[in-house]
Amino acid sequence: MTDMTSHPGPKSIDWTSDEIGARVRKRKAAENRLRYIGLGAIGIAFAMLALLISSLVSTGWQAFRQTHVTIQVTYTPEFINPDNLQRSNYRGLLEATMLDLIPGATNGRSVAAILSNGAQFTARDRIIADPALMGQTVTLRVPTSDPYDQLAKGLIDRDTPEANRRLKNDEIAAFDALLSQGVVSKPFNWALLGNADSRFPEQAGLKGALWGSFYALLTCFLLAFPIGIGAAIYLEEFAPKNKMSDFIEVNINNLAAVPSVVFGLLALAVFLGWFGMGRSIPFVGGMTLALMTLPTIIIATRAALKAVPPSIREAALGVGASKQQVVFHHVLPLAMPGILTGTIIGLAQALGETAPLLLIGMNAFVTAAPATPFDPSTALPTQIFIWADSPERGFVSRTSAAILVLLGFLVMMNAVAIYLRNRFERRW
Amino acid sequence: MTLIAFLLLFAAAILGYVLNRSAARSLRAGGAQLHSLSTFHGGFAALLVLVPTFLFIILWLLFHASVLDRLTMGGLPAGTLDGLDSGATQLILAEIKSIAGGRIFGSPEPWKIEAAERLAGYRAMSANLMLGLTALLALGLLVIARRTVSPEFRARQRAEGIIKGLMIFCSSVAIFTTIGIIASLVFETVRFFQMVPWHEFLFGTTWEPQMPIRADQIAAEGAFGWLPVFLGTLVITVVALFFAVPIGLLSAIYLNEFASPRFRKFAKPVLEVLAGVPTVVYGFFAVLTIAPALRTFGEMTGLPIAPNTAMAAGLVMGVMLIPFISSFADDALSAVPRALRDGALALGATRAETVLNVLFPAAIPGIVGGVLLAVSRAIGETMIVVMAAGLMAKMTINPLDSVTTVTVQIVTLLIGDTSFDSPKTLAAFALGFMLFIVTLGINVLALRIVHKYREIYD
Repeated sequence: MTDMTSHPGPKSIDWTSDEIGARVRKRKAAENRLRYIGLGAIGIAFAMLALLISSLVSTGWQAFRQTHVTIQVTYTPEFINPDNLQRSNYRGLLEATMLDLIPGATNGRSVAAILSNGAQFTARDRIIADPALMGQTVTLRVPTSDPYDQLAKGLIDRDTPEANRRLKNDEIAAFDALLSQGVVSKPFNWALLGNADSRFPEQAGLKGALWGSFYALLTCFLLAFPIGIGAAIYLEEFAPKNKMSDFIEVNINNLAAVPSVVFGLLALAVFLGWFGMGRSIPFVGGMTLALMTLPTIIIATRAALKAVPPSIREAALGVGASKQQVVFHHVLPLAMPGILTGTIIGLAQALGETAPLLLIGMNAFVTAAPATPFDPSTALPTQIFIWADSPERGFVSRTSAAILVLLGFLVMMNAVAIYLRNRFERRW
Repeated sequence: MTLIAFLLLFAAAILGYVLNRSAARSLRAGGAQLHSLSTFHGGFAALLVLVPTFLFIILWLLFHASVLDRLTMGGLPAGTLDGLDSGATQLILAEIKSIAGGRIFGSPEPWKIEAAERLAGYRAMSANLMLGLTALLALGLLVIARRTVSPEFRARQRAEGIIKGLMIFCSSVAIFTTIGIIASLVFETVRFFQMVPWHEFLFGTTWEPQMPIRADQIAAEGAFGWLPVFLGTLVITVVALFFAVPIGLLSAIYLNEFASPRFRKFAKPVLEVLAGVPTVVYGFFAVLTIAPALRTFGEMTGLPIAPNTAMAAGLVMGVMLIPFISSFADDALSAVPRALRDGALALGATRAETVLNVLFPAAIPGIVGGVLLAVSRAIGETMIVVMAAGLMAKMTINPLDSVTTVTVQIVTLLIGDTSFDSPKTLAAFALGFMLFIVTLGINVLALRIVHKYREIYD
């Protein structure tokens, strides 16, 4: 026992000393620092998301309403030739109408410019549809042109010097005269969804883009879904474990990471260059998107197939089913919810994909919605790109509005995917 | 016509199914012992008709257009195309096509109208020929299928064989895609290097692809050195990572170690939303909000911030990469064995010390893999930079300056009119090829690192 004292024992530490207390406080402080920095990092990420959405909403909500003017148009023989309704002087008709409406206005061309360029066609279509209107007065509600729309929405500052303002004093006075008569209204902007693209912001809409995206996604789904499931079933259930299967797997994983613009180059060189398919065609866009979505679907399908327990397979094999009967009658139906979830998520990615569609020319200016998947058109993301590049002020809010529409679709698709997963996914 | 062909095909397939099934049934009713169920006989017939005929129609549709074009152009009066480059030839072809489609502008030359009439004739003939051959093929296959029905015929094995073949084809689509990507990029790049020497492309330090289209046009000589373009890509990537890596890592650490399960359950999907936003939206966000904010900041502080500064594109790209890095880091941290964490905590380490000194070093390979994948994404990212970065290539590493990137150049060179024999167009493919190689290399490296680290603990 005596030699114990000769060895220095464990140093006795006074855990209540100030020195130790300071050290513990320091370590605690370091811990808290990391915690708050981490929270701050998440805060920055959230703030960025909030900034993104708020800047889109704050600029975009205005585009969901469009300033309209209600005018009383009288189809007088002075302007309208009953024998040639197509080519009558509707512009003059509108100028006269606007001159009547605004007291003290003298320049017909200037006051008619309050109305959208499409107003004359509205007036024309009305009488062509019903030639009996000749000589009668009808009430039309037509959109205003972009500067006046901006003015009505308060986006043009009346206090800026006249020289720097898009609308001069007399133009603002003319519009105020309309406002005081109560003929100006701001209804929901149906043109945004019901019209195709146009050079004039007040007439531009997403119809062509929505149809284009729909056809492209449909093509993408019809190609990628069966091919993806076929590939996944083969690789997961039938493929022998050899070099070839490994090679295919590596290939699929690499394809999932290839930049999207490279798929655009592939489509441009192969589909357009070698096979001579047309530019700006939603069908070609859909084929390109299908190649990009394929890895997503294959990976999701394989995961879903893997999740089906082997006991199901063994039971089916045990009662005499062939290997393919096992897969197609039992495993695949059980894996379907997972497969559909993966497919919808893949399609949602494809819906937002822009670069490959740009390269095959789906950023063309097309003023009609495509009737078939083989007509030139734009797609939702490329339409956003076109509008974002347009110089007119009115397109800024319309771009944000188009983005909100796109995000709405994405949220919807993801919600369906989540619903499917929660509703049908089984835990074995 | 195409629709009719497909309808015909499906009708024949259904007919084959019904015919063979009923034949097998009547055999069975006659007391014969069949090897396969009668539905397999039907299924075999349907597949036998469907697959080859479908293939035939697809191949016809793929190639008939270019064959018709060639026939039409080959039938033009001798000498019309002499001395014309491919652009002009394409223009003539397009005009002939539009005349054949009934859209006549002005008064075209008689030989064009004549060619258009011939093209219209070819088209009608081709459509009829396709329909006739489809019908013939389907009928022949129907007959062949019908004759197979016999008690010994192993219909199930044969039908399953066809299905297996289809599935193998489906899995090889991925290989075909890769081959297609490599073939198209290599093919066009080789053609590019025939016009511009490869050392000029790889080592040149000026990039001015605006070369004259017509001989009399005044434009730059055209220089195709990709280094400044690639440097610009790196600048934006570095800016993006400077922003995304710390934020992504720290939020992963917080979510993994400090957050309550409730907060985690709420925060993870919100972060995922950032990953789901389409890049064109980020691009518009950069132009609409970030770039003006940076400009105001530059005016306030006197920093020389260019209008298309690399900062704007880089920052927004960083936002896009945050969820990517944080989810990779989260996975890597979660994959560290529980024993390491418990050991550190049992020795009295605080949570922060556990994370920084024990978990983080153990998770480093996974995190590095994730960051590398983020780098490859940033390099390949297109829309943000197309909308927010500049067009002029500069040899600069100043992130406040305006730079251009590989993807921006690809898109600007290929948007609009593209003819496949101008170095401008082909340069885009050469850039695409480099992009493909660089991103592929980084991906392979990243996956290798991730795999290696998995082996240590599994």
